[in-house]
Amino acid sequence: MTDAAWIDAALTSARPQALGALVRYFRDLDLAEEAFQDASLRALKTWPHNGPPRDPTAWLILVGRNVAIDATRRRAKQTALPDADLVDPDETEDALADRLDGAHYRDDVLRLLFICCHPELPATQQIALALRIVSGLTVKQIARAFLVGDSAMEQRITRAKQRIAQAAVPFEAPGPIERSERLGVVAAMIYLVFNEGYSSSDGDRAQLCDEAIRLARLLLRLFTGEPEIMGLTALMLLQHARAAARFDGDGNAILLDDQDRSRWNPAVIAEGLALIDKAMRHRAPGPYQIQAAIAALHARATHPDDTDWAQIDLLYATLERIQPSPVITLNRAVAVSKLRGPADALAMILPLARPLASYFHFHGVKGALLSKLGRVAEARAAFDQAISLANTAAEAAHIRLHLDRLQKS
Amino acid sequence: MLYAILCYDSEDVVGSWSKEKDDAVMASLGEVQAKLAADKRLGPVARLLPTTAATTIRKGKEAVIMDGPFAETKEQLLGFYIVDCTNLDEAIVVAKDLAKASGSAGAFELRPLKLFRPGALA
Repeated sequence: MTDAAWIDAALTSARPQALGALVRYFRDLDLAEEAFQDASLRALKTWPHNGPPRDPTAWLILVGRNVAIDATRRRAKQTALPDADLVDPDETEDALADRLDGAHYRDDVLRLLFICCHPELPATQQIALALRIVSGLTVKQIARAFLVGDSAMEQRITRAKQRIAQAAVPFEAPGPIERSERLGVVAAMIYLVFNEGYSSSDGDRAQLCDEAIRLARLLLRLFTGEPEIMGLTALMLLQHARAAARFDGDGNAILLDDQDRSRWNPAVIAEGLALIDKAMRHRAPGPYQIQAAIAALHARATHPDDTDWAQIDLLYATLERIQPSPVITLNRAVAVSKLRGPADALAMILPLARPLASYFHFHGVKGALLSKLGRVAEARAAFDQAISLANTAAEAAHIRLHLDRLQKS
Repeated sequence: MLYAILCYDSEDVVGSWSKEKDDAVMASLGEVQAKLAADKRLGPVARLLPTTAATTIRKGKEAVIMDGPFAETKEQLLGFYIVDCTNLDEAIVVAKDLAKASGSAGAFELRPLKLFRPGALA
């Protein structure tokens, strides 16, 4: 790798920890970002000559802190901030690295992610903010991923930042209960990032899946014994492993049953399965672990007919119990249809007609079950309803395929 | 003499490579391996999953099971090769070839083997 490319990768990977530490130090996101930016520029200038420091993260924190203090002093023309003389970063790097390995480190990264999850921010802004602040993607990259213009995204991020600047950011180290609450909120946000990318065949958007997995691995490295973070990471890996098989040449989604399973990524599946094994040992099941276990049963089936639908049905039943939702029941109905036939599945979803009245997938599943039962006219009505509720052209096209098959039968 | 060439690098940096980048590095490492294999000097080659997939068992009266890698380090053990070399100089040449092919930062540790059983896999 060229020097520049290596430095780029090192800066990206150091960013969450370094920025997290700078935010703790300055208690101000803008100032911390500026400091990190300045430190990165210095790294680009000095690392090619002096060689990379032994601990790039510690170097960036120290240099960022010094540069920012220096700048603030010059601006204020007085020493308002605590006395911290400019020091040679290489000398103190080791000492700082030792301190970093201590307690602060994990909570710094968690805090940085948590700041982005402010409850007053709508989900899309949380995601955009996390991608900008924690992942360090450029506004342009994020705009492309969200299919909006650069200036619109710039505005969205600026507004989100203004909002959190006014909010009280928790700088004290969290207690155990708070920490686990923060982890839950952050996990949900990471899964949102993943789903933004997962829903699309577009390369720029699909990049969000990689980014979400990177953030989850980062969290898991810091909080090694959290079964739900293992579950979340496993879930995303197992879903992402199918990426190459999920869309046809025209960008239309290919259903699980019809995918070319030889195109699933075995290394990514292996990592997902390893994480589920680890999580299960804790005997503390949660929604991410259960969803990952379902994804694992699909991943383990080399042919659709080998799928363990009985086990999937049981897992969905557990999920319904701990996180009741009509969408989960709808998913369970698909397993029930394979296991006990379309009549049982249809009976299961009919009570969902009201809560899922405007849900595209409800009408799609209903139509498919009705057509399997030979109730053609009702099936057509359900499919028509689905098309009218389709969110994307690809979804509508998929239902039209069903309608074509009805015509032929 | 058999040498283990242990590969250390920041898994976070390596993990942030794009698929294209990863494929390119693997391909150029593959060329070095192919030459060694043609000379019948290459033993097992392994690439490890990230340390997040690791579990550590601390031996003792009651074995203690911990999530995560044995040691928290700045650079992690990401894989290894077993290569037959007549002496250290030769092993260093191999490691340098691999270093040039991978082009990333990190380090190789050359550890002569005391015992080697090829095993029954593959």
